[in-house]
Amino acid sequence: MSQSIASQRESLRYRSRLMQPEAERHPDTHPLTWRLRDDGEVVWLEEYLRKDGYQSVRKALADGDPQAIIATMKDANVGGRGGGGFSAGLKWSLTLQGGDMPRGYLICNADEMEPGTFKDRLLMEQQPHLVIEGMILAALANNSCYGYIFLRGEYVTAGRVLNRALDEARAGGWLGADINGSGFDFDIVVHSGAGRYICGEETALINSLEGKRANPRAKPPFPGQSGAWGKPSVVNNVETLCNAPGVILNGADWYQGLSGERTGNGGSKIYGVSGLVEKPGLWELPMGTTGAEILDRAGGMRNGRQLKAWLPGGASTGFLLPEHLELALDFDTVGKEGSRLGTGLITVVPREQSLVALVRNLEEFFARESCGWCTPCRDGLPWTVKVLRALESGQGEAGDIELLDKLAADCGPAQTFCAHAPGAAMPLQTALKHFRHEFEQGISEPRTKAAEG
Amino acid sequence: MATIHVDGQSYQVNGAHNLLQACLSLGLDIPYFCWHPAMGSVGACRQCAVRQYKGEDDDKGMLVMSCMTPAADQTRIDIDDEEAKAFRASVVEWLMINHPHDCPVCEEGGHCHLQDMTVMTGHDRRRYRFQKRTRRNQFLGPFIGHEMNRCITCYRCVRFYNDYAGGTDLGAFGSKDNVYFGRYQDGTLESPFAGNLTEVCPTGVFTDQSHSDRYTRKWDMQFAPGICHQCSMGCNVSPGERYGEVRRIENRYHGELNGYFLCDRGRFGYGYVNRADRPVVPEWRQSPDSQPVGLGVDDALAQAGDALRHARRIIGIGSPRASLESNHQLQVLVGEHNFSTGIEAREQTCLELMNQLQRHAGLPTPTPREMESHDAMLVLGEDPVQSAGRLGLNLRQAALARCAALGATIGIPDWNAEALKTLAQDRYHPLFIAWPGPTDLDDVAAARYALDPDGIARLGFAVAHAIDTAAPAVEGLTSAEDEAARRIASALVAAERPLVVSGGSLASRAVLEAAGSVARALSRRAKRGGLVLVRREANSTGLSLMGGQPLDWALEELAQGNADAVVVLENDLYQRLSPERVDEALARAEVRIVLDHQRTATAERANFLLSAGSFAESDGTLVNLEGRAQRFFQVYEPGYMRPETRIRESWRWLHALAANLRGESAGDINLDTVVGACADAHPALAGMVDAAPDAHYRIDGLRLAREPHRYSGRTSMRANRHVSEPRAPQDPDTAFAHSMEGYSGYQQPRQQVPFAWAPGWNSPQAWNKFTDEVGGHLRGGDPGVRLIHPVPGQGCYSQPAQTLEGTEGLRALILPRLFGGEETSARAMPIQQREEEPCVTLNHDDALRLEVQNGEIVTLNERTKLPVCEQEGWPDGWAGLPAGLVAGLLPGEPVALQKVAGDQS
Amino acid sequence: MMADTPQKTALIGSDGFELDPADETAIIEEMDHYERPQAACIEALKIVQRRHGWVPDGAIAAVARVLGIGPGEVEGVATFYSLIFRQPVGRHIVLVCDSSACFLTGFEELRHALVEQLGIDYGQTTTDGRFTLLPVCCLGACDGAPALMIDDDTYGPVSPADLPGMLEAYP
Ligand SMILES: Cc1cc2nc3c(=O)[nH]c(=O)nc-3n(C[C@H](O)[C@H](O)[C@H](O)COP(=O)(O)O)c2cc1C
Ligand code: SF4
Ligand code: FES
Repeated sequence: MSQSIASQRESLRYRSRLMQPEAERHPDTHPLTWRLRDDGEVVWLEEYLRKDGYQSVRKALADGDPQAIIATMKDANVGGRGGGGFSAGLKWSLTLQGGDMPRGYLICNADEMEPGTFKDRLLMEQQPHLVIEGMILAALANNSCYGYIFLRGEYVTAGRVLNRALDEARAGGWLGADINGSGFDFDIVVHSGAGRYICGEETALINSLEGKRANPRAKPPFPGQSGAWGKPSVVNNVETLCNAPGVILNGADWYQGLSGERTGNGGSKIYGVSGLVEKPGLWELPMGTTGAEILDRAGGMRNGRQLKAWLPGGASTGFLLPEHLELALDFDTVGKEGSRLGTGLITVVPREQSLVALVRNLEEFFARESCGWCTPCRDGLPWTVKVLRALESGQGEAGDIELLDKLAADCGPAQTFCAHAPGAAMPLQTALKHFRHEFEQGISEPRTKAAEG
Repeated sequence: MATIHVDGQSYQVNGAHNLLQACLSLGLDIPYFCWHPAMGSVGACRQCAVRQYKGEDDDKGMLVMSCMTPAADQTRIDIDDEEAKAFRASVVEWLMINHPHDCPVCEEGGHCHLQDMTVMTGHDRRRYRFQKRTRRNQFLGPFIGHEMNRCITCYRCVRFYNDYAGGTDLGAFGSKDNVYFGRYQDGTLESPFAGNLTEVCPTGVFTDQSHSDRYTRKWDMQFAPGICHQCSMGCNVSPGERYGEVRRIENRYHGELNGYFLCDRGRFGYGYVNRADRPVVPEWRQSPDSQPVGLGVDDALAQAGDALRHARRIIGIGSPRASLESNHQLQVLVGEHNFSTGIEAREQTCLELMNQLQRHAGLPTPTPREMESHDAMLVLGEDPVQSAGRLGLNLRQAALARCAALGATIGIPDWNAEALKTLAQDRYHPLFIAWPGPTDLDDVAAARYALDPDGIARLGFAVAHAIDTAAPAVEGLTSAEDEAARRIASALVAAERPLVVSGGSLASRAVLEAAGSVARALSRRAKRGGLVLVRREANSTGLSLMGGQPLDWALEELAQGNADAVVVLENDLYQRLSPERVDEALARAEVRIVLDHQRTATAERANFLLSAGSFAESDGTLVNLEGRAQRFFQVYEPGYMRPETRIRESWRWLHALAANLRGESAGDINLDTVVGACADAHPALAGMVDAAPDAHYRIDGLRLAREPHRYSGRTSMRANRHVSEPRAPQDPDTAFAHSMEGYSGYQQPRQQVPFAWAPGWNSPQAWNKFTDEVGGHLRGGDPGVRLIHPVPGQGCYSQPAQTLEGTEGLRALILPRLFGGEETSARAMPIQQREEEPCVTLNHDDALRLEVQNGEIVTLNERTKLPVCEQEGWPDGWAGLPAGLVAGLLPGEPVALQKVAGDQS
Repeated sequence: MMADTPQKTALIGSDGFELDPADETAIIEEMDHYERPQAACIEALKIVQRRHGWVPDGAIAAVARVLGIGPGEVEGVATFYSLIFRQPVGRHIVLVCDSSACFLTGFEELRHALVEQLGIDYGQTTTDGRFTLLPVCCLGACDGAPALMIDDDTYGPVSPADLPGMLEAYP
């Protein structure tokens, strides 16, 4: 292999990056990323400890009060960053503990497969000890005996980094028996997956962890009652767990203050943008930052394109319009506009993009990733895809749009077994609402019309 | 009890149910697929959606899956809600997207749950205009056909096969809209309960291959309430007939016995009824090697009667596979002192002991359904799946029920199947099995103890002693034995309802006495336990209650020349005692009358062979291992389609023969008369009269129809023979009509249901309409009456048997086997195809001694060639042989094995 | 004489497939990380796949035996996950991200270029057994869209012009 080809290949290698330089990031405003290095190299244990690493664990172990951790997390109201926004503190208060209950499991959801989402990768690849630190806190709070990082199989680098960091942490006495002389035992294993988006759904994840097909489980019982191997279990997203050390170290008020006046939801958030913008990437910003500001940081649309629509937080969120750019991107506000914050990573859609084609692409994804357990998702979504393909190629028939309306409505929450199909319904429903004319043009009309938008 | 409000009406329901089960129990229709009353809810199909309202003021409500929602007090739902109806219609529409719509050529058509639900939801227009998905099918063995295109992905098959029945070779493969249910590779489905897939599958994916071979729509078959004759469980079946052949066997719901499921021997073992070589007219032959001559009924009776009249003494040999009525009529013919049960002596002793233990051991015999709520089990000397098919499934449920018990502690309801499975993982109620080789329940057992019969008995006595020190101790226990006994005893004592299971498989009195001692010990600790004793054949219990001399006695009387005539009822003596002994006895008898529906080795030796009706062509009563007397009814009159046949119930033949012998005219006899006479003659059987309604029973003044009201072609069925349609056969014996005229509804509670059908419910799910609550009991009462009742007071402990000194050489250990181990079903085609290759099981040391290795061929008793199968842990000095392989070889008899030089399997 | 019940074992043979002893050891070690051996199922299939490139039919029963579960269960798992291959694949796996960000930034051109250059479509393997082309859901490299993965290497953004040089590194 020639030198130039090798170096060309190296330059094409994908690297996770945060767009804010070190100088802009501070411990009190950027709790998730201030330790990250500008060169993108991993922050290993020694450097991590130098940068105040594991202080929250030291504090929590010294306090020795799991209930206090839970209370602080509850007060901080850290909304789940996996896309659901459920309060982590509340979740931790629901695990069945004590009495006759066996110790349970703490599972870090590192399956990151939501289209448009690439934040957990950064945290794991460059700052593995923050993930571990967060997991130890969660384990303390939930009396978990063992932790799993459920890592998607494609995250090879993250797997390597995490495993080395786990070794470091074990050697440093932060994991294993009798952590830091506290009498608390806890260790972590990286469990790597073998594909399938549905593994990110927390109960499907548990089935997959148990070596089964990743069909979700019925709730109730919730994982906190009966999770992995029937033991009380907690599943949290990587970013959610990374929030815990700051909260425990600095308190709930500090955390609430991070977002200032922007929103009722506290903390900071790793936001990002992908699609045809000048500088796609990731930023740690106060919760409630507006879409406009984030898009601005990304340098706006690439080559002067016009923004037609955007997804605020992944494929399973609803389309928003340019006029929604001024909204605070938090759990509550976005929810009111018929969408969801989701993972908070924006996907922009330029003017010339056919919404029919894009929605077709999204629905193909959801149909393909359906686990095949419940009927609406398994058999409804493929039908949706076929109708969308027909519309896209101008082969639509009268009634197709009403059919799509009904298919989307039938995939609503509670009508399907898990939130996968509702996730598929949301972009479809909002696209039909905002861009209905594009779909109508697909009815027995040539393809070009539909594509022009 | 809970009050729920459905479509504005208030109802009382069982609050432990989910809303679907509660509503179905009320008779309200909600469509469903993935839910099954025996398997609970998983919420996969989303077909059962209804609208639920939160509280008094909630007027919006939301859609919920009724199967996943508790029927909690004051729940308010609407089934008849526009949005819910529209959603349910959508679900069927999706399910039908890839369905081939091949109903006209589909074997499920006409009793298809998918058809029923499609109609129920009103889906009648196809909107999907794209391509359908197609699939490849698998070869799944002789029992079950596979047509995956019809699959609607309800997951019921794998849930039944794996979760309920413990199978491991079937799975759900793939994902998204491409989930495939099949075997991990082509091949015979291994589970002995695979046949239930044909009923569990709501459409035509898994079909009954034995039925395919001579297919008839459900509505075109004639049915009667049947009792499976293939083992001592007495499962209720619904055999269907067309053109004088049994076309299939389906489960007949019994709330206490078989519930919704059968074993594959029961379902697929009926083929002997249709065998072309059956004796269908009486035959006479000069000598065993001369050609038989067919006779008319009257001629046969006259000649046979004549022959008997000249005999000095007639021995009657009855049969544990024939009805009480037939055995009774034989006894009437030959006289009580000349009657043998047809059962070998050791087995008979065991049967008598079992009856005695059932009365006096202190623990009652639970019904199979009740067994499922026992929470610790000890199986002494039985391999239940092999010896009593369905029983194995009941015991498995008992072990699995641990999950419900665990679920209760954190509030997971019984019906939330997947959640319970998750919670329990592989935690089961303790099940201990003492059996020399592997059993089909090992995977849910806490431990299996590989012991020989004496060792099993010792273990049992040691357990009894560990439970109650008043029970005699066993001398010289090894520490391993002692530890095992203590472990078992403490599990049984810790349980609320310990269950002891034993039986006659090892033909060991000691094993049974040990089981009795454990039962007695538990009863002295005031445990609400149970004792289950497995018998071998369909009417073994009945015959032992009736009483009579053992078969050995009968052969001896003949061999000694103390009698010169023998009448053998539905019994192949060669299966029971050595050919030498049977030959010798039969050779001495001048008159040999055999009644049977099969051409057995014994029948071949008859000078009069009277063509008897099988279970499908006759009525009668059997007593199962619970001691439950149950009536089975004639499905069809064989002479209707085939006038040339002269098949009669054995009891009819015997009655006529007796009259003939006395020189009287036979006169009229009917079932009720025989039942009454039999009950009068045998106090232990007195209750059998109430086993089923008599011939005068009517509902709304009507007989009960054997044929569904859509039965077609009746007038043309015999048109090839004669243009005029004969009158439908009249049935003097029962309340059933051989036609579609008569009652076939579900509104009136009834116990005897030939086939389950209700308007809109053509599939086996129609049973839900006949029960008090879905999955409960038949509204008319579950069939049968129990004849054996525990007697208060505590019997005394038996002394542990002395261990036999190690005998020289190998002894036979006869292993019951589901396929091939039973006389009649072994003659059915698919069962023969399903039989496993026989082998002789040996311990490693014994194999070494014989200088054979695993797989090498040996000759057994210089006759049968068999491969050797070495089994780890298998007891020393015993050669394990599959039942039915070596006719007449008795348990414990010495066997000679010889290595075949240079032979390799 | 007295033996506790062994784990549920597969009764079925494995068509002559022999699990490599090293692989069996690796699987057994994997089982240690979990409360129940079945949890190692996916990893076990990956271990087999690392050696054979794919999971051959006979491996299903062999893995089932080691884990003490039924072959139906193992096949169910093997056919569920997209990164477990139940058919032979090429020496290198090319996973093309087809999710939204890549779709919006030129995935279709990239895919066409791949199809053209390799002469195969999704699910196919080049005749020289070198590459197998498969779609994959969002690679989590959206800021580098369009992205793809070859074996363990993630690339992005990739343009059709980059392909020949890149593919050359995978003989
Ligand atoms: C189809 C589907 C896919 C999901 N994928 C992910 C994922 O990849 N990562 C993740 O953290 N959460 C994912 N979730 C959300 C999880 O179910 C769960 O809510 C989350 O892990 C809980 O953690 P959090 O509360 O910390 O966000 C997914 C949910 C659904 C319905
Ligand atoms: S909605 Fe249903 S089929 Fe879709 S992923 Fe969830 S459980 Fe599976
Ligand atoms: S029967 Fe309720 S979801 Fe299938």
